[in-house]
Amino acid sequence: MQERSSKRWYLLLLTAGLLLLNGCREGAWNNPYPLSESEQNIIYSSFSERPKHLDPVRAYSSNEYAFIAQIYDPPLQYHFLKRPYLLEPLAATAVPEARYFDEQGNLLPMDAEPEQIAISEYEINIRPGMGYQPHPALAADQQGGYIYHHLGQADIEELNTLGDFTETGTREVVAEDYVYQIKRLAFPALHSPIAGLMGEYIVGLDDFGKLLDRQYEQLKTETGEDKPYLDLRQFDMEGVYAVDKYRYRIRLHGKYPQFVYWLAMPFFAPMPWEADAFYSQPGMEARNLSLDWYPIGSGPFMLSENNPNLRMVLERNPHFHGEAYPSEGDPGDRELGLLDDAGKPMPFIDKAIYSLEKETIPYWNKFLQGYYDTSGVSSDSFDQAVQFSDRGELGLTEAMQAKGIELMTDVTTSVYYMGFNMADPVVGGDSESARLLRQAISIAMDFEEYISIFNNGRGIAAQSPLPPGIFGNRPGEAGINQQVYDMVNGTPRRKGIDYARQLMKQAGYADGRDAKTGKSLILYYDTTASGPDDKARLNWIRKQFAKLGIQLVIRATDYNRFQEKTRKGTAQIFMWGWNADYPDPENFLFLLYGPNGKLEHGGENAVNYSNAEFDQLFVQMKNMENNSQRQQIIDRMITILQHDAPWVWGFHPKAFSLFHSWYKNVKPNLMANNTLKYKRVDTALREQQRQAWNPPVVWPIVIIGLLLVLTVIPAVVLYRRHERSAAR
Amino acid sequence: MMAYIIRRILYAIPILVGVNVLTFLLFFVINSPDDMARMHLGMKRVTPEAVENWKRERGYDQPLLVNQSASGTGKLTETIFFQKSLKLFQFDFGTSDSGRDIGYDISQRMWPSLAIAIPVLLIGLLVNITYALLIAFFRATYIDFWSVVLCVVMMSISGLFYIIGGQYLVSKLLHLVPISGYDTGISAIKFLVLPVIIGVIGGIGSGTRWYRTLFLEEINKDYVRTARAKGLSETVVLFRHVLKNAMIPILTGVVVVLPLLFMGSLITESFFGIPGLGSYTIDAISSQDFAIVRAMVFLGSALYILGLILTDISYTLVDPRVRLS
Repeated sequence: MQERSSKRWYLLLLTAGLLLLNGCREGAWNNPYPLSESEQNIIYSSFSERPKHLDPVRAYSSNEYAFIAQIYDPPLQYHFLKRPYLLEPLAATAVPEARYFDEQGNLLPMDAEPEQIAISEYEINIRPGMGYQPHPALAADQQGGYIYHHLGQADIEELNTLGDFTETGTREVVAEDYVYQIKRLAFPALHSPIAGLMGEYIVGLDDFGKLLDRQYEQLKTETGEDKPYLDLRQFDMEGVYAVDKYRYRIRLHGKYPQFVYWLAMPFFAPMPWEADAFYSQPGMEARNLSLDWYPIGSGPFMLSENNPNLRMVLERNPHFHGEAYPSEGDPGDRELGLLDDAGKPMPFIDKAIYSLEKETIPYWNKFLQGYYDTSGVSSDSFDQAVQFSDRGELGLTEAMQAKGIELMTDVTTSVYYMGFNMADPVVGGDSESARLLRQAISIAMDFEEYISIFNNGRGIAAQSPLPPGIFGNRPGEAGINQQVYDMVNGTPRRKGIDYARQLMKQAGYADGRDAKTGKSLILYYDTTASGPDDKARLNWIRKQFAKLGIQLVIRATDYNRFQEKTRKGTAQIFMWGWNADYPDPENFLFLLYGPNGKLEHGGENAVNYSNAEFDQLFVQMKNMENNSQRQQIIDRMITILQHDAPWVWGFHPKAFSLFHSWYKNVKPNLMANNTLKYKRVDTALREQQRQAWNPPVVWPIVIIGLLLVLTVIPAVVLYRRHERSAAR
Repeated sequence: MMAYIIRRILYAIPILVGVNVLTFLLFFVINSPDDMARMHLGMKRVTPEAVENWKRERGYDQPLLVNQSASGTGKLTETIFFQKSLKLFQFDFGTSDSGRDIGYDISQRMWPSLAIAIPVLLIGLLVNITYALLIAFFRATYIDFWSVVLCVVMMSISGLFYIIGGQYLVSKLLHLVPISGYDTGISAIKFLVLPVIIGVIGGIGSGTRWYRTLFLEEINKDYVRTARAKGLSETVVLFRHVLKNAMIPILTGVVVVLPLLFMGSLITESFFGIPGLGSYTIDAISSQDFAIVRAMVFLGSALYILGLILTDISYTLVDPRVRLS
């Protein structure tokens, strides 16, 4: 009997051992991906929250663009390698040049004065032969009728994903599709965030929106449906029309040279009318079948799986028109291997898998194990990844170097600033006293120290709203804010605190006391930061103000209340930021343009700054081409701003990106979002490294098991003794 | 018993109404419909017209609780509260503020939550009861003493520590299972091993101490002494008599949590990237999606009430002396 039991144990151990060996043979145990994917041409990345909108008419945030910029092909794109940022054709055959007309419709020369220009016209030629991704909205029967455009309620109730449709179809992209999408921008029911802005420029867009609103309400009444299908093709927009199959025109009021940048954004990508006809069927949205969930594009990739609770998968679009890797770049790009793939057809990868990863620690560890190809550097992992040498040079730690990980840094086209509400009676306004107070605070707020302590050195102190790389930003001494810095031995040095105190005295606040009342100057800082992690940061800010004798009261609040305060103009001092939409100074300087004031006009000028000269120069500058005259105007505008100091200029963050040695063609491009197609991976090297870095370590488990057994032995002994003992 | 159950279900209605009112008030004290609209429309270039449109389309343009401009019953029915709450009682959760079908989302996301919660509950019960019986067997010995010390130590450690420590040890250092992630079907197992182990280990301290107390209470009763006097071995006494009689409080604790297993674990799901209902709720709170928050709170309350009713019923099953009336 005992022998049989022993045999059973041996068999069990043997089986367990075989399973263990089998596991070892089949690769790393901690590989989160199926073994079948090991050698496939896939890029692995992640997302931390579900993108809210994938409809190009609404999507506007970076986590949404991470997907739709790979799916939709607008007319233009940014050159992947060249700097400063350069527009090049994508779906268009060329970057369109504006033609200008006066009030009478006469053609004007290219160098016509902006005041003369009544209409700018852009004619866009698109490439013939571009095809949409396979999609059920385009599935047609033999007679050419669309199979899924007239589904019954019962049919729809059985659907949950786009994969539930058995048939798909495609068709050629035509100019009408681009026109259709611009009509969608105007459609109020679709809530495009740029409808208001474009309404100011595109001829007839506002009126077209109102017309659609009326028609839609009427249609709702007629059909009794909440969201009936309104065929936008039956209405014409004055300023946008197709000339022929591959050519369309957009007419704008006045001159707006920045418009071409918008043509590089998915807002202006083509949309087949069939998509709206398909998704507008009653019951579709309730089944989560909508353009916000399942895009239909003509770009290099298509969203083949959208499960934002788990993963989102982009796969090659079999009907992609094809594009070659750039053959030219900046000096030094060739040496870095960035032109190794010059002229080769893109995309290089077959698939990109984005897994849901809410926390940074698991993401970072998986990156180190080779299961993600790239990673940012969070504060938690900064010391593990990056170190400063004795000479202050930035580099990777030995552990990172040993893994062949590489680091790429670039100053972002963003600005974080501390704003003074110019409508506030103490820190705001145009009085000399308030200006001197703001200048003194600008000196006292040591943003170099802030960057060093709270951003691990990832950023540069800002001299104006314009980040480096944006036209108008002057590098070196010429760009230094003379109100805050002195040049000492060729390097800018923040003015001393004594100078700031002197300014305070001139402002009537000597030693932080109001000369009129004799009371301490108390200022209020509104912030959404209220957690324990923010305490050090808030104390530091308080300390900067204390250098001037100012008592700073922190008013912590939630983001909703904070926004409300800025809208109502009741916040006094706060920090905020801006990311560029496009690489033009207008996109930063408009943040301080008077008619954009948040309090009166609901615009993006959160500090409600208004200066007549600045506003006049802004109007002049915004319509100009990048030339020396524009630079001079910008210089003057920045001088005004530095003097008035409505912002403490804060800093421009530096983006740090880590990537593995198998991940190729990496160059930071802060304007382009459609960079997935340029990426290439050495899958064999990746698999080899994963195996080498992740051998299963079983012996500690065996030891833990043995320890458990050892602890049980005394218990067994006690049990036996207890069972054998006589009753007491 | 049927009358009792019906009465309990009827009692549940005012409770659910109360919970719904409370959720509504708490949510709208912090978030106004304007805030919700701005959150959904994005941060850049949002016009007041767009905010108004968004509110109108989703029915957030009405007064919260009382509509003074309406007449008759319209004062109460033409409000956000009434319009958004009525269907909940038919378990029609409607669509989220971002247009998703909440019922479908719940039906999809409850399975990953259950895939963790059920094994943690069952294995945890087995481990905790076995360990507690072992301690009860060796009561008043050094095994009992050190086990209690160990349990107190384990209870005192934060759940987050178990998660991060477990990920570090098992996945990062030993490379035995993936650190995080999830998959469907059989492939889900490798992702579930670690959260389940951590869930079980994390519950040993409190679970074992609780069961030990129950067993020690039973072990000194007369029927146990009688069983020993009959000459039964201690193992038989413990497993056949003590365990059976300690089942009532154990059952109370287990049955009441059964329906709530659907709701998932907020932290575990977040750290392991598991797409369950716990992370669904957290996401909804952070994105100010009132429709989901309201639905999840309502569902949680309803399931809790269900758990309590089931507990009462289970009493009658394990103890014939108990009668529901």
